[in-house]
Amino acid sequence: MSDFAAEIDTSGLNCPLPVLKARKALSTLASGQRLHLIATDRGANKDIPAFCKMTGNALVASHESDQKLHFIIEKG
Amino acid sequence: MAKKLAIIASKGTLDGGYPPFLLASTAAALGFEAKIFFTFYGLQLLKKDLSLKVSPLGNPAMPMPVPVPNLLQIIPGMEAFATWMMRRKLKQKGVASIADLREACLETDVELIACQMTVDLFDFQDSDFIDGISHGGAATFLEFASEADITLYI
Repeated sequence: MSDFAAEIDTSGLNCPLPVLKARKALSTLASGQRLHLIATDRGANKDIPAFCKMTGNALVASHESDQKLHFIIEKG
Repeated sequence: MAKKLAIIASKGTLDGGYPPFLLASTAAALGFEAKIFFTFYGLQLLKKDLSLKVSPLGNPAMPMPVPVPNLLQIIPGMEAFATWMMRRKLKQKGVASIADLREACLETDVELIACQMTVDLFDFQDSDFIDGISHGGAATFLEFASEADITLYI
């Protein structure tokens, strides 16, 4: 995974907490900085891309490992 | 221009309280301007003391550990048991509490509007409700809803 300025782990938390926590974490970053978001909520696979699309942030990368979803979001 | 979400929250049960706060807090995270209009039993969701309950009575879709016939569901304690079971399940599955989602709404400037008519109808006091809410009537909601991209009655 690429470099990131902040990381949040929402493992064990369900919808909509990964999205709410992503918003909060991104609000502390400057444009161009990246957030590494970890989630176990299956719905995040669809919800995080939708969140990025609606908020003008870029979903740079996503992958699954050890039953956890990882997202790299670049603040727009 | 931000998209707008307008919700009428009319239910005051533990299960009925989730959709308004959940959708409005998520909408705010997505950049929406969101307002919730709380009317009738929905006003319970604005109380300082959130003692919301869920009842299996008349709700055949509610999953129960063992099937309980309607006739037995009138036994005292059944509602408390169902509520306890639901709360435990919500916690186990990492679902936010209604209080947390309500707090997320306040943090993200979702406007929470108490229907003045039902506040008066039920003789509720301002001191019953959390701080940071506003009051309004049908025209208040309709004015906002007329410009909303999404309008929901829950």
